Amino acid sequence: MSEPVVEVLKASKTFGAGEGALAALQEIDLTIRAGEFVSLIGPSGCGKSTLLRLIGDLTPASTGEVRLNGKPAAQARRAREYGIVFQAPVLMEWRTVQRNVELPLEISGVARAERTERATAMLRLVELSDFAAKYPWQLSGGMQQRVAIARALAMDPALLLMDEPFGALDEMTRERLNLELMDIWRRTHTTVVFVTHSIPEAVFLSSRVAVMSARPGRITRLIDVDLPQPREAATRNEERYFELVTAVREALHQGGADEATAAAEGLGTGASTGEGEEDAAARIRAEGYA
Amino acid sequence: MTRGSRLRRALPPLTVFLVVLLLWEFGLAALNVQQFLMPRPSVIVAALADQAHILWDATLYTLTEVLGGLLIGGTLGILAAFAAARWRLASEALVPIGIAAASIPIIAMAPIINVWFTADSPVSRMAVVTVLIFFPIMVNTMRGLTQVDPAALELMAACAATEAQVLRKLRVPNSLPYIFTGLKVATTLAVIGAIVGEYFGGPLAALGIYIKSEAYQFRYNHAWAAILIACTLGIGLYVLVLAIERVAIPWHTSSRQEVI
Repeated sequence: MSEPVVEVLKASKTFGAGEGALAALQEIDLTIRAGEFVSLIGPSGCGKSTLLRLIGDLTPASTGEVRLNGKPAAQARRAREYGIVFQAPVLMEWRTVQRNVELPLEISGVARAERTERATAMLRLVELSDFAAKYPWQLSGGMQQRVAIARALAMDPALLLMDEPFGALDEMTRERLNLELMDIWRRTHTTVVFVTHSIPEAVFLSSRVAVMSARPGRITRLIDVDLPQPREAATRNEERYFELVTAVREALHQGGADEATAAAEGLGTGASTGEGEEDAAARIRAEGYA
Repeated sequence: MTRGSRLRRALPPLTVFLVVLLLWEFGLAALNVQQFLMPRPSVIVAALADQAHILWDATLYTLTEVLGGLLIGGTLGILAAFAAARWRLASEALVPIGIAAASIPIIAMAPIINVWFTADSPVSRMAVVTVLIFFPIMVNTMRGLTQVDPAALELMAACAATEAQVLRKLRVPNSLPYIFTGLKVATTLAVIGAIVGEYFGGPLAALGIYIKSEAYQFRYNHAWAAILIACTLGIGLYVLVLAIERVAIPWHTSSRQEVI
């Protein structure tokens, strides 16, 4: 079995403190190995985006531990060991497509020649070579998101974090980008953690699906997706695909039932861990993306 | 934008302008409005030609004050905004000063400022302009530096960007359109500030003083000629800022010319 890339060990996340405390995540355990494509799926507010931010060290865990490539997540972030794609493309409107892709390379001090070369290669990977000199507003939403993917891959990271990257796109574009993402994943051998609330998307893309439930956010089921690789448009017509879609859907509903039980039992969600202002700000951010 | 469509866009305001001008010229005569109350455009243009020499000197003098004030006030406003955006303490200290500067009735303050820097010196009017434009420049710049997409900040964090890199690669470019907005407000304010300041003293060859003294002597046609120049100055500076903006931030919405 390959090396673990992501290790989440009994990680919890509570926003706020005292009466108003909100348990976003409770004792999450998750190990993701090199080359895996793992989707986090669940209803709004189940903490899937928060879990992704915990992995990327964009918000600290309240308790527990997150490790990337065997290092604490904070250390891995400082060593730029992952790339990230958000729901919005988050492109700098003053930079051309090419220079947007170069941004992470620029920040880490890569020399100009190499920067250009890497960015050009990445744009070729997402098939946007012809648009290198354009500005983001001259591109469609789907193309902008492909630029964001190229940027995330520019540093050749071992891990790619994606937070509902295709959530704002129409169904047709989303399906096409799903296919392209599969192609990129095969070619780059990157480990991917992918947040989505689309069941078909999760099943189509993933090698494993982590089903989450809300309040407090937990992983209720891990479902292995044993569809053959490579995944192609025809994969969506396979019987096994429909079976897995049904399995994930049922697991999601199951999670909802669990949630009702948990609420009825009044499971401790008000644990005071003494967070400060920073976490309140993080919660506002997290809610904005939920 | 093609030349044809630009012309088509300019046509409605030009037409209105010409109609107003014609009504002014011939309507006033027909209504028997007295010349000194409202000189006809042709009379104002004649005064402009007649007084060309002194008006040229006055324009240069006032323009120097306006530009000097814009430079000093703009620099101070931008520096204050950087400090306020970076340090909470600086923001707590500087924002009230900015608000105070903005709420000073400039008419009351101008004579005092004239005493501070002596009425003969253009620095007096530069100071008046500085007081007037400091706040709009500072507030706009601050907004540009702080109102950054939270996701872009997360992206910078994911890239392990230093604070200096976040400033240079995200906050500063993000603030440029806001700074230009502040500058556009400031240009018109600056012309007003310089002329109001001149009302309380200064050399004769200055637009404000010229307007005041000519009006006192019932030479309203002369005063109107100077007012026309002051107006043109304000518009000219505004258009200049607009042109610089187009060149400096071609990526911004206000500069985009292609239709998607």
